[in-house]
Amino acid sequence: MSPSVPQATAAPGPAGTAARLDALRGPVPPRSHDARTIAALTVNPGCSRRAVLDAAGVDKRKLAERIGFPARYGQSPFAITRGLAFEKQVKADNCAALLELLRAEPLRFDVPEHEYVDLGVEPEADPAAPVNLDRAARYERTRQAFARVAAGEPLLADHPLLRLDVGGRTAYVEPDVVALSARPADASASAPARLYVAEVKSFAVIDGQADPAKVGAAATQAAVYVLALRRLFTELGVDPAIVADDVLLICPTDFANKPSAHLLDVRRQIAAVERQLARLPRIGALIADLDPAVDFDLAVDPPEAKGEPGREHRSAVELTKSLTMIEARYAPECVTNCEMAFHCRSEARAAGAADALGRSVRDALGGIESLSEALEIADGTAGAGSGQHEAARLLRAAARAYDEALRVAPRAAGGSEADG
Amino acid sequence: MSTLTALARARAARGGRAVPITAVRHVHVSDEPLVVIPLMQAGEAAAPLAVMAGTDRDAPTLLVVAQPRNRDQRFEFLTAFAELLVPYIDARRQHTETVEATKNHEEWERCTDAPQLILPNPGGVEALRLLGRSARFRTVDGPYPVDARVPLLGRYLTWFADDRAPMPGSSVCLALTSVLAQHWATGQSALEDQHLPALLSWIDPPDGMSGAAAALLAEDPDAVPPAGPATDPAFDTGVLAPLVRAQEEARAADDMRAVAKAEEELRAALAAQLEPTWETVWRGIDVLRAMPAAASDELRWQVDRGRFTDFMTGIEDGAPPQPKRPSAVAAARRLADLESAQQSYDRTQAIDDPLVLARYRVGGEAFAGRITFVDAERQEIKGKRAWPRPLVVMQTQDEVILRPGVKLASPARVNQTVRLLAVRPAEAGGFEVELELQSGMGRGKTPEAGSVPAVGEERCYATFLAEQRGTRPELPDADQTPWTHGGPPWPHVARAEDQAEEWR
Repeated sequence: MSPSVPQATAAPGPAGTAARLDALRGPVPPRSHDARTIAALTVNPGCSRRAVLDAAGVDKRKLAERIGFPARYGQSPFAITRGLAFEKQVKADNCAALLELLRAEPLRFDVPEHEYVDLGVEPEADPAAPVNLDRAARYERTRQAFARVAAGEPLLADHPLLRLDVGGRTAYVEPDVVALSARPADASASAPARLYVAEVKSFAVIDGQADPAKVGAAATQAAVYVLALRRLFTELGVDPAIVADDVLLICPTDFANKPSAHLLDVRRQIAAVERQLARLPRIGALIADLDPAVDFDLAVDPPEAKGEPGREHRSAVELTKSLTMIEARYAPECVTNCEMAFHCRSEARAAGAADALGRSVRDALGGIESLSEALEIADGTAGAGSGQHEAARLLRAAARAYDEALRVAPRAAGGSEADG
Repeated sequence: MSTLTALARARAARGGRAVPITAVRHVHVSDEPLVVIPLMQAGEAAAPLAVMAGTDRDAPTLLVVAQPRNRDQRFEFLTAFAELLVPYIDARRQHTETVEATKNHEEWERCTDAPQLILPNPGGVEALRLLGRSARFRTVDGPYPVDARVPLLGRYLTWFADDRAPMPGSSVCLALTSVLAQHWATGQSALEDQHLPALLSWIDPPDGMSGAAAALLAEDPDAVPPAGPATDPAFDTGVLAPLVRAQEEARAADDMRAVAKAEEELRAALAAQLEPTWETVWRGIDVLRAMPAAASDELRWQVDRGRFTDFMTGIEDGAPPQPKRPSAVAAARRLADLESAQQSYDRTQAIDDPLVLARYRVGGEAFAGRITFVDAERQEIKGKRAWPRPLVVMQTQDEVILRPGVKLASPARVNQTVRLLAVRPAEAGGFEVELELQSGMGRGKTPEAGSVPAVGEERCYATFLAEQRGTRPELPDADQTPWTHGGPPWPHVARAEDQAEEWR
């Protein structure tokens, strides 16, 4: 099941891989990774399908729509407004509120005066102008700014743009936030100041507690930034340990808008992201054996006459067929972080895969992948394969105990008719 | 997850319909539950958008906040919610019964009923918890004065959602998806079971449709609005945001007719989002009511009634609102309470329900079979007395992996401890188990009539039923809290900062 294709097979060289990936995507611009999708890599790393689609830069959302399984994502406008307003509040007056938070209880960081640099706008441009979209220029400015930081200048970098190599393709990540140097309260005065990534999130911390799922997602996302920042310093010839293992999470407190700062140790998340990034080059092996006919060309030629639909390069049927050529590793949790989830779910359900019911069900079925196989073994209509004897013993015991209990149970008669 | 539950899920997936994993209902369903469906505004910590609530299926009350970010409107909403909840609670304490004095407790009066809130899902319970937290420290004076019922509502909601809802076996605040999933296995994942309409479709599909197909349809947020507390983002974008804006603009222009019209539209839109869920929740309650109640149901509900009486007495005696964080002693006591409640809930469920017991049989903690031999005369001489120690031999098809010497008990006779003497494979397949009865036979030299199983009888023996019930840890009084645990807690004072707690 696991796509542990040996790395050394006839995988084409990096150039061949890149060409094949481009061909898989077809004549549309690639979608690059962002912090969110890089963070998602740590959730279901064994899925070849997502790995290939991501590496090729295929627009998964559009792909899912085209094959009839639109992803239901989207954020409420209320949440977006609230998030922007809170970030604006924290960053007001050149992040004065943010620095104050670090100096105040309970963190009591030793924070020197910082020079505030907004890397999102051209130096000579109007500061009210929207964030600049030219990534290369922004990255170059970020690089120069951090070269100064490395030389010891305290600099508060707003809207930096960092780069991360993801499976041979450059992804840009934007800490919506800032890196600043500070010294923890308990550090000695001679200890070097460290750089902290601050992540502004608008979910509330109530009585010192926040939704663990949201904190976890924020931590993984911040870990991506820490990693990208460290890579930048390595490039600059500076010890990457200058970037702290802890990140600052800035959230509203209780039911008010008042921000509070919390230190999060993200070492575990950094390790997880690093591990997944290191695995990605094996993408070459994943696509080496793919049928040359497989591609996910989502391009649509303009219609010949007005009012007619455009001509799609690939039909839904063709796209679906291509998808089936790459193995997926569906789990119910995919729904929360992959646009292809509903397609993979219907595929898993149609195949009667135990994975469709969740990993815990599959484990409890003794790791048997197919539901019908598990049921046949349980009912004694099929023998157990090699290595399945323990699973078979448990399944048969479960089937017997269940059916016996059903016979004596008063309610069971009504409810069991569905049990075919 | 147990193998048995996983197998039940596999069968449900094959049959396209949920299968039962319990034989009886292990939660209480009140004669008059209060169904509460909260909707909260996205992106805010505790900004209520609307609540649909009531005890009458045909006459729900809809409370709406036109602009959830407006503090005054939020307080008005909470006051209205209190006007609905407080009378419901008061009506449960009209009648009391006298509980006779025991060794540890003097005679007291217990309410003959208790309130019961039913919410669609755990998210709804969490929403109530946050509303409770945001309301219980408010005061009638100070910088942001509120109606006296608002802090009271906060304390009630905290009691339901924070104190009682996590307590195993308590039924005063139920999340319907959790309760249904506790009794049925569906052919979808546990994650998908958190979607109430989909879950109920597996259990009770419309005529002529499989549960699997009905669940798929129920997942479409355009066809079936989500059961809250979050609204569908598409609804927020397409319907709610324009209506809120229209209402704000009308207010800004001081056009009261336009305000009324916009509010009316907002109300109608939220009602349309809530009504399907309202119906679904009541359908879920029907499903629960159709199941026979467990034998321990009455006793567990009695505990709930007792806790309710205590809580109400506490409020009348002027107890302070529940603290933001419990003191060290209170937290340790709470943990011990939760643990012992879980133990006793697991235990009573297994005793009341052969299907629950079956899970333990598969796991090797229990075995069931037929009694094939009984020596009721067997005795053990200890000192000057002879004690009855009947020998029982049982034939079981379950694989017995327990060792000789282990203590067992049967749901048929929970207070009788039995010792496992020997296990050997039976000639006809399965196992032959030799057991010695050790207690529960009266005080005489020979066992009391009916206290020894008869040949041919079906019995099940389980290890966990014989386990000594955990003794509660000895904890100091709160005012004796050692300094290592922060010392005695400060008495509660209504602090200015709580009253002034900003509340957007």
